[in-house]
Amino acid sequence: MRLVRQLTACYLLQLKILARSPFEGFLGVVFPLMFATAALMVYRVDGDPDALLYAGLGAAVMGIWTSVTVSASTLVTRERWAGTLELVVAAPTPFSLVLVPITFAMATVGLYSVVATVLWARLVFDVRLQVESLPFFVLGLLLATVTIALFGFLLSVTAVRYRTAWALGAALEYPGWLLCGFVVPVALLPDWLHPVSWALAPTWAVEAMRIAADGGAPWAELGACLALGLAYAALAAYLGRRLVDSARSRGTLALS
Amino acid sequence: MTSLRVFLIGGLISYRALFNWLNPWILVPSLVISPICQILLFAYIGRAADVGSDEFYVIGNALNYASIPCLFAMGHTIGGERYNQTLSLILVTPTRRIPLFLGRALPSIVNGWAVAMVGLVGGSLLLGVRLPAGSWLPLALVVAVTSASCVGLGLVMGAVSLRVRDAATLGNVLFLVLLVFSGVNVAQDDLPGWMAAVGDWLPLTHGIQAARGIADGASLGSVGDLVLTELGVGALYAGLGLLLLRLLEQQSRRLATLDRV
Repeated sequence: MRLVRQLTACYLLQLKILARSPFEGFLGVVFPLMFATAALMVYRVDGDPDALLYAGLGAAVMGIWTSVTVSASTLVTRERWAGTLELVVAAPTPFSLVLVPITFAMATVGLYSVVATVLWARLVFDVRLQVESLPFFVLGLLLATVTIALFGFLLSVTAVRYRTAWALGAALEYPGWLLCGFVVPVALLPDWLHPVSWALAPTWAVEAMRIAADGGAPWAELGACLALGLAYAALAAYLGRRLVDSARSRGTLALS
Repeated sequence: MTSLRVFLIGGLISYRALFNWLNPWILVPSLVISPICQILLFAYIGRAADVGSDEFYVIGNALNYASIPCLFAMGHTIGGERYNQTLSLILVTPTRRIPLFLGRALPSIVNGWAVAMVGLVGGSLLLGVRLPAGSWLPLALVVAVTSASCVGLGLVMGAVSLRVRDAATLGNVLFLVLLVFSGVNVAQDDLPGWMAAVGDWLPLTHGIQAARGIADGASLGSVGDLVLTELGVGALYAGLGLLLLRLLEQQSRRLATLDRV
């Protein structure tokens, strides 16, 4: 019960902070929305409605990736700047259980972007999202949100000892959009990049959403997405403990 | 002589202080990887949509990314000084404002030029785009003019930063406006009329058109009118920026809002 209360309180507090931040709240929605606009404008030149629908669906998920990767890489740095990192690490609550609800709050901000992009695509580009299998579609979207949040968790602990992690997170934004097949089919990328795409859970989530929109039952894609998400979580929990222990023993928690 | 010193040395010191970096690796993800990835993203979107050529997206997005250092550096000229509590010290000096702020613009122009050239070279190599050997020199010149033009808009942003706290958000919004309205990924002719009309009054638009013309074999002279228009648009924004800096500085003094973080 205490665990649920802690996770909920941390999630809600961070969600309020993020929603009021011009950079992470406003820009977290507008930045991917404008890139989706640019992508849809390219697709509209040729006027193929199927291609527009393909891009419109994937573009909606771009915002979750942006909200999480850009913010999660600076998560620890922001705690450091706020002077709360030592307190959080020293608290009896495991460090990972503090980070996870924060990255989930970031992914939730990304959901605003999903709604905004779907409405924008409908109003501006007349892209009508038709979903044959709504339960699978919603499940795919939820799994995309959860697994991107867990990827953010992995990113945040990996960056714990890098002072300039913000630059790393920002640099992951475009590669993620490309590799996850949000607006470009993965098959179009060079063959050697395919394994990288397959190792990213959102690739499977977006594929599942597209199959669900066509009326299929994407069990395999959803399973692959969930398995990768759990792998991210396990790796992040392990790395989090090791890296924090290392930073404490070397006295680099505040200085790195 | 004092103005020249403020222009050159003051601008260089301000630029070095901008990033708070101890080693320059921080520039790699921001100013090398990101522009190349944006080029690849739109080149692949173009391939998927069967619209435009790789060359079209390499040039558009490389030049678009030149605006990042130009806008952000100029925004931080004010925001960074305020954060470090040195803004009031600078503005209380009798130094002339034009060399003071234009000096900060010069390293940003060089930075923007370098970022765009890295994008052009990197994007061309990765996508197998072959630009005529004779086009690189005029392209470099057009990129320099376009960077200078973007710094003009950056000066406006720097001025607005006297009243707006979040320069990073403002810089991103301007970058997005340029991305959508300046013909970066969709030719001006294919944009809706009102968007093309807005784009005509923005930096980048004419620079990108000139660069695409040169890459297609046109001489510098034949795109001279586009280059001059780009320069004119930049000068217009620079003039507006300096005027706004003067007005908002006076207002900040009067309202005691200079150091409000």
